[in-house]
Amino acid sequence: MLQNLTYLVPLIDIRHLTVGYDDNIILTDVSLTIHDSDFIGVIGPNGGGKTTLLKAILGLLKPLHGEVIFHDCMTGGNHHRIGYLPQINNIDRKFPISVSEVVKSGLMSKKHIIKKYAKKDLEFAGELMQQMGIYEIRNKAIGELSGGQIQRALLCRALVNQPKLLVLDEPNTYVDNRFEKELYEKLRRLNEHIAILLVSHDLGTISTYVKSIACVNHSLHYHPGNKITPELMEAYECPIQIITHGKIPHTVLHQHEQ
Amino acid sequence: MMENLLSLLSMSFFRNALLASLLASITCGIIGTYIVSRRIVFISGGITHASFGGIGMGYYFGFDPILGAVLFGIFSALGIEFFTRKADLREDSAIAMLWALGMAMGIIFIFLTPGYAPNLMSYLFGNILTVSLTDLVFLISLTIGIVAFFIVFYRMILFISFDEEYALTNNTPVRLFNMILICLVALTIVLNIRVVGIILVMSLLTIPQAISNLFTRYFHKMIYLSIVFGFVGSFAGLIFSYIYDIPSGAAIIFALVLMYGIAKIYFVTRKAMAK
Repeated sequence: MLQNLTYLVPLIDIRHLTVGYDDNIILTDVSLTIHDSDFIGVIGPNGGGKTTLLKAILGLLKPLHGEVIFHDCMTGGNHHRIGYLPQINNIDRKFPISVSEVVKSGLMSKKHIIKKYAKKDLEFAGELMQQMGIYEIRNKAIGELSGGQIQRALLCRALVNQPKLLVLDEPNTYVDNRFEKELYEKLRRLNEHIAILLVSHDLGTISTYVKSIACVNHSLHYHPGNKITPELMEAYECPIQIITHGKIPHTVLHQHEQ
Repeated sequence: MMENLLSLLSMSFFRNALLASLLASITCGIIGTYIVSRRIVFISGGITHASFGGIGMGYYFGFDPILGAVLFGIFSALGIEFFTRKADLREDSAIAMLWALGMAMGIIFIFLTPGYAPNLMSYLFGNILTVSLTDLVFLISLTIGIVAFFIVFYRMILFISFDEEYALTNNTPVRLFNMILICLVALTIVLNIRVVGIILVMSLLTIPQAISNLFTRYFHKMIYLSIVFGFVGSFAGLIFSYIYDIPSGAAIIFALVLMYGIAKIYFVTRKAMAK
């Protein structure tokens, strides 16, 4: 928490953002500032606009109103400074591509369309794959991998560009429990250097890892702490089921009244 | 048999046909791998049939039908690329509409053309044995263009095809590449119409890839193998077509499907033996 109060460097400012697809407005008047040491858990019901918020931040959706402002430290350098881990079902698992090709593709940018990858970038990609435990299978096609292994490869792709902000969309779907735990520990360590924005259904687990919570349900309510209580849910009109995992303190089983 | 083959090779029309089938294998090997990997086979079918409208126009207005097909192919390709992004139409219905519209226009124009339409069958079913020098020049240029584009931008093409959304978040020119690639798809289809015809061209873009996919799961290897299988199939088809005097396009497809069947049986039995 102390970290949160000291060196606060803003990376991205979202100001009065309204986004949607054509006439269908998904998010209205959302404001949020993401700082360099943030670990924000984004929660909310299905269809509430969690993924839409990510897409707006990633520049995949143009705002209808408002703006997403990137501060200088996000735009400097050759690389785009957001790493993105999409939902695994966005990926065509039968696509003919190897693990290392997936990881290295994270290095692509406007300046690297033709230019060869720098040697140090490739070395870093190798290091990342070793850290994630997928170095041995780097030449396998992704079709031969398990869900957890694909997630690891995609996480390497997201990190290979050395981003300032890591955005994860439901990283715990279709993943074995072992990898899930490993992933959260990994994220905790990554958070020592970079900001993390994590979308998840799994409130019980994320509340022990995240530093703050953003509840997204057509609008956004920011809660600068990681305790989820029924009062909080009620106050923010965030009808979500909380799931307990093991002996985690401060998790409350919430029952829907509707 | 060998003598027959040698005497065949001494004939210029056969040498042209052989060259055409090599060029067809290269262009379809590369472009086919792209469309199969990216799952845009149906889009390619739409472009193929839409180009028939251009062939009909060529007949009616008296210019080279292939030129009309090129125009229709490119416009429908760009149209699909544009409308599936902008409009609210469900993509597959939109493509089916274009597919039918192109065919309908072709039929109307050909019907309105006085007299009968010479060579119509060769556009529908292809005739590699009558491929002309102009056709070859076009095919050679296209082959050089595609090979160069895929060598220079290989990583980018793979990157966009695998995960377009991610490529967009990395600020790469995804739209431009999509546009160029869909135009190359259209050109490959149209110029190969001379070889196997409108009705059969899709198979040249998909069967060699289906065979390759049994052997490999890597994009670049799929390209190489598809070119090899495509050429073997076209060569065998060409010989059948000459010996038994049957349409070359159909003979080529037959040879390719036969190859697929043999490869599939080989893999299935090998798997069964392993158990």
